[in-house]
Amino acid sequence: MSPPLVELRSVTKRFGDFAAVDDVTLAIAGGEFLTLLGASGSGKTTTLRMIAGFEQPTAGEIWMDGQPIHALPPYKRHVNTVFQNYALFPHMSVWDNVAYGLRMRRVAKPEVAQRVDAALDMVHLESLGGRVPRQLSGGQQQRVALARALVNRPKVLLLDEPLGALDLKLRKEMQLELKHLQTQVGITFVYVTHDQEEALTMSDRIALMRAGRIEQLGTPREIYEHPATRYAADFIGETNLLAARVRAATPGRLTLEIEGQGVEVPAPSSPVTPGQEVWLSVRPEIMTMVDASPPAGHNSLEGTVEEGIYAGSLTRLRLRLPGGGALVLHLAPTGTARAAGAHARVTWPADRGVCLVA
Amino acid sequence: MTAPPHPLPAPDTRLTWLDRLRARPRARTALAAALPVGWVTLFLFLPYLLLLIHSFWRLDEHQVIVHQWTLASYRRLFTTNVYPATILFSARIALSVTLLSLVLAFPLAYLLAFKVRRHKNLMYMAVIIPLWVSYLVRAYAWKIILGQEGILNGLLAQLGLIHQPLQFLLYSKWAVIIALTHIYTPFTLMPIYAVLEAIPPSLKEASQDLYAGRFQTFIHVILPLSLPGVLAGSTFAFVLSMGDFIAPQLLGGNDSALMVSNVVVSLFGVAYNWPLGAAVSVVMLMLVVTLLTIANRFEERFNYRGERGGAVKADALAVVVTESRA
Repeated sequence: MSPPLVELRSVTKRFGDFAAVDDVTLAIAGGEFLTLLGASGSGKTTTLRMIAGFEQPTAGEIWMDGQPIHALPPYKRHVNTVFQNYALFPHMSVWDNVAYGLRMRRVAKPEVAQRVDAALDMVHLESLGGRVPRQLSGGQQQRVALARALVNRPKVLLLDEPLGALDLKLRKEMQLELKHLQTQVGITFVYVTHDQEEALTMSDRIALMRAGRIEQLGTPREIYEHPATRYAADFIGETNLLAARVRAATPGRLTLEIEGQGVEVPAPSSPVTPGQEVWLSVRPEIMTMVDASPPAGHNSLEGTVEEGIYAGSLTRLRLRLPGGGALVLHLAPTGTARAAGAHARVTWPADRGVCLVA
Repeated sequence: MTAPPHPLPAPDTRLTWLDRLRARPRARTALAAALPVGWVTLFLFLPYLLLLIHSFWRLDEHQVIVHQWTLASYRRLFTTNVYPATILFSARIALSVTLLSLVLAFPLAYLLAFKVRRHKNLMYMAVIIPLWVSYLVRAYAWKIILGQEGILNGLLAQLGLIHQPLQFLLYSKWAVIIALTHIYTPFTLMPIYAVLEAIPPSLKEASQDLYAGRFQTFIHVILPLSLPGVLAGSTFAFVLSMGDFIAPQLLGGNDSALMVSNVVVSLFGVAYNWPLGAAVSVVMLMLVVTLLTIANRFEERFNYRGERGGAVKADALAVVVTESRA
């Protein structure tokens, strides 16, 4: 693997007594789309701002291209930022906004003109260069902010919840457009969001942050299918978290007990002992209902149907286990409807469940 | 469901006079506007109208006002050198005050808006509090500081820098400029502080992110965005000091005779030439209104937030009202 483009080495940022970022170590590869995902206050934006240079780390180092950059002011770093509220200069035209960075670096006039036009072309705003930001829609302002940053051809583009202010439909369109743009220009993107769906859609890798630390780092598939902690399983996507107790442990496989019923799961990476309290996470969409006994290699749980909610592309079925625990299933809407109160048997492949220790 | 122990009474559906008023929006507007409109008519428009009417009357040989329409006062105003000269002199004083106020107020407003973090409100209050001290007290204070036996002369003598007290300090246009600058700098500071404070920090960060250093960020982002406030503050300082007649009277000595507002005061109070005094006032008023209009145009031109300059306009009106004291 090529050496990382950006490296955070044990970076900590304290505001008074509060550690916004707590001993984060992270290596970002060139050309990667890395998302810092987390709830508000998880330290994702502070991490981004330290890479941009708006905040100085209290401890630790930030390296880029084999150089320490954490002491450099923002204007000496070869990174550019797309701000959450776009932060377009209200007194300048769209064209002048995009030209700002090039002019500050004293790029020759003909080159400025050529690069600004190309950047506006890229975000499909070639005809709006003469407008001022206030005359643009939110989506258009977002594109200007993007063009203003990308025109400088930074090594790293930092994006702080850039789609947060857009409505859902536009946001989904922009997600795909941003992803395509990133592949096209080949610039490393570091993207901050609290929207797990957005993170799953766009990222090469996701760093899930919690209380200033990285909870889990991995590809969207790794994080979704193999969450490392209960928090990660719960934060990313929807899941069923069931309290369980380890009944038996063989190499590679555990037998758990949930409300008296036995369930098999792949063994987690950390060692467990029989009798230990753990959590079982099963995604709603991998569970189905069966009438007969489950096929080989499948687990099953029995319960009572509580309600089925029609939600367009799927039907959300809620079940109650005899001991009081709840289960949610995502079924295709064509599936057989069950009346509330009916007895139901739920099944899923044994290797798709995840045993969570923490 | 069981019935509540005490059933709720049905709502009263009879119409009161308030309900009837609510149904008639025009009557509502008229009622709401009556008091302010009445106030402005009685204390602003009527006095101005009287002033305007007086300026077209004349004095007879016994110094009695004759209610006879004539342009005599205006003719005299524009043909006697002294009146245009006093207006020019006052404008020069006002310009000096404006520039000095800007030099003092802008850096202070900048510090308050961007650099001071703790006790920000306290610091702002420290700037504003002098406005609550009587104008006369502040003007008199300069007498004590600048006089022959004053604090400044005493200090300079103590330091051995002078052997004779400096005479030109008090009772000169310098004293007037210093005192007016002191008195009107808060008026300059407030609008500048307001616009600086309203600049989102992310704009500064965006500028730095785009390779601009502190100085370039100031020149290309902060300064242009602060122009509406600078303009509003300058207008305040200029218009207020142009119309001031108390500080020149207390501190200006012979130079005060050259200030137009003092000329107006003496025309009304000493010479009893109300028509001429009124004519000078009307010309002054028109100059000030023209200036405010131009300043407003520019403020709108530089207002990038897309709001109307409502607050600034209201302030300008207040200035016109203040102006009418003279």
